[in-house]
Amino acid sequence: MRVLRLAGRRLAASLPTLLLILVGVFLLLQFAPGDTVDALMAQIGGGDAAFAEEMRRFYGLDAGIAAQLWNYLTRLATLDLGFSAIYGKPVATVILERLPPTILLMASSLSFAFFFGLVLGVVAARRVNRWPDTLISTLGLVFYATPSFWFGLMAIVLFSVYLQWLPAGGFSDITMGYTGIAAVLDVARHLVLPTLTLGLIFLAIYLRIMRASMLEVLSLDFVRTARAKGLSETRVVARHVLRNAMLPMVTLIGLQAGTMLGGSVVVESVFALPGLGRLAYESVVQRDLNTLLGIVFVSAILVITINFLVDILYARLDPRISTES
Amino acid sequence: MRAFKAYLRSPAALIGTAILLAVLVMGVGAQWFYPGDPLGLAGRPLQWPGASPRFPLGTDPSGRDIAAQLFHGARISLLIGFVATSIAVVIGIAIGAVAGFYGGATDTMLMRVTEAFQTLPNFLLLLVLVAVFGSTIETVTIAIGLVSWPPVARLTRAEFLSLRTRDFVQACRVQGLGDAHLILREVLPNALPPVIVYASVVMAVAILLESALAFLQLSDPNVPSWGNLIGLGRNVLRTEWYVSAIPGVAILLTILGVSLVGQGLNDALNPRIASGR
Repeated sequence: MRVLRLAGRRLAASLPTLLLILVGVFLLLQFAPGDTVDALMAQIGGGDAAFAEEMRRFYGLDAGIAAQLWNYLTRLATLDLGFSAIYGKPVATVILERLPPTILLMASSLSFAFFFGLVLGVVAARRVNRWPDTLISTLGLVFYATPSFWFGLMAIVLFSVYLQWLPAGGFSDITMGYTGIAAVLDVARHLVLPTLTLGLIFLAIYLRIMRASMLEVLSLDFVRTARAKGLSETRVVARHVLRNAMLPMVTLIGLQAGTMLGGSVVVESVFALPGLGRLAYESVVQRDLNTLLGIVFVSAILVITINFLVDILYARLDPRISTES
Repeated sequence: MRAFKAYLRSPAALIGTAILLAVLVMGVGAQWFYPGDPLGLAGRPLQWPGASPRFPLGTDPSGRDIAAQLFHGARISLLIGFVATSIAVVIGIAIGAVAGFYGGATDTMLMRVTEAFQTLPNFLLLLVLVAVFGSTIETVTIAIGLVSWPPVARLTRAEFLSLRTRDFVQACRVQGLGDAHLILREVLPNALPPVIVYASVVMAVAILLESALAFLQLSDPNVPSWGNLIGLGRNVLRTEWYVSAIPGVAILLTILGVSLVGQGLNDALNPRIASGR
C-alpha cells in the first residue's frame, strides 16, 4: 500500500511535466510552415483563399494562439485529441490503432535486452578479466556502437533474403488468413528481427551496468558473510547478490523508456511495422501536425506509465524505499 | 600529466584514439583524396566493390562513388557530432550549474524543464524540430544539440550539489567573492571531469541520431552523410546490399572509437572507479 502511495505521488508530480511538454510542443508547432489546412488543400489539389478561410474556421484555426491552446487542452481533458485531416479520422482512433505493435515491440525488446543483459553481465562479472569477460565486454562495446537501423537492414539481408528464415517486414501475413495460435505465432515470427534490432543497444547497456553493479555488490561485507557461512558460489550469487545488483538496471529501464520509444520510430520504419513510431514519421512527412501533437502526448503518457511501473518494481526489490519518507 | 600517462597505458583508449584519428584524417583530407563533388555522377551505377579499379568500394544507385561519399561523410559526421555535442554540453552545464548551485525554487523549476525533455522521447522531439524548422544541415545539428542536453544538466547539477557546500567554496564565499566567480572559477573546474567523460556518450548519440535521421531521408539531402547513403541503399538491399553495408561499418567504427576514447578518459580521470574494472 505504501509502495502504491509513493509511486502515486511520483505519478502526480509528473502531471506538470506533461502539461509543460504539451504547451511547449504546441507552441513549437505554431512555427511550422503551413498548417493542416495547407496540407489538406495540397492533397485535394488546391483551392481558393476563401475556401481555405472557411476550412480554417471549421477546424478552429482562425482563433488566436492562446485560444487555440486553451481549446486543445480543454478538449484533451475529455481525451479528445482532435481530428486528423490526413487520415480522415479522429487522432485518438488513429493512434489507438497503431499502439499495439509498438507496445508489443517495446515489451519484447525490453525483455530480450533485460534477460540477456542480466545473464551476460553475471557471467562477465564472475569471470572478471578472463576470456569470457573480455569477449562479453567487447561484444557489448560493438553492440553499443551498431546503428540499429543498419543492423536491421543487415539482418534482413541475412535472415530474410539469403537464408529465408524470417519475414523481412510487416506485422503479420494477412494473405495466409491465420487464426488462433497460428496467428500469434505468425506475429511472433514477424517480431523476431525487430525485437533484436531495437533491443541490441539496450542489451549492450544493460550488460555493462549489470557487470559493474555485480562487481560492486560482490565486494560488499554481506557477501563475504554469506561465503563464510559456507554457501556455494552459485547460491551466493542467486540469493544474495542478484537482487541487489539488479537495482541499477531497473532504474535504467525507467530512464530509457523514452529512448526506446524513439528507437522504435526507426525500427518500425525499417521493418514496415504499422506502429506509433512509423505514424510519427508519416505525420512529419505529411505535415499532419495534429497527429504529431497527439503522438507526443501519448508517448509522454507511455513513458510516465513505464516509470510508474518501474517505481513499483523498484520498491518491491528494495524494501528500504517504502520506509523512507 | 598523471591522467595523460594513465590514458596512454590503456589499450582501449589507444585503439579508440587511432580509429578517431583515422576518421579525422578521412574527413579533413576528403577534398584532397576525392576532389570535386562527392554527390556528382562518377560512373555506371551499382558497380560492386572491386569490380572496377576506379571505384574500390563500388558505386551507389545513382552512379556516385561510395568511397568518395565515405570520406566526405566522415567530415559531416564528425562536424555534426562535435558541434551538436558542444551545444548540448554548454546548455547542460549552464542549466545544471545554476540549478545545483542555487537550489530551492530555481532548482525545482529547471529540473521540471529537464524532466519534460527527458519524458519526451528525444528522437520524437527531433522529428518535431525538423518538421518545424526544416532539415538543412545547420538546423539538424542545432536540433540534435537541443535534444541531447538533459543528461549533461543532471550530471552537472549532481556535481554542483555535492561541491557547493565544500570548505573551499565556503572559504571563497566568506572572502566576499561573487556567485559568478564561485560558479565559474571554483566549482565548475572541479565538476568538469565527469562531464567531459560524459560528452563522449553525447557525441556517440549525436552521430547516431543524425545518421538515423538521414536514413529516414529527413536530414539534409544535399550533404554526403553516411546515413543518407544507407537510406539510398535500402531500395536495392536485396541484391546490392553493399551500398548500405559499407557506410554502416563506418558509423560503427566511429562510434566505437568515440566510446573507447570516452572509456579511456573515464579510467584516466576517475582512477577510483578504474580500479574496479
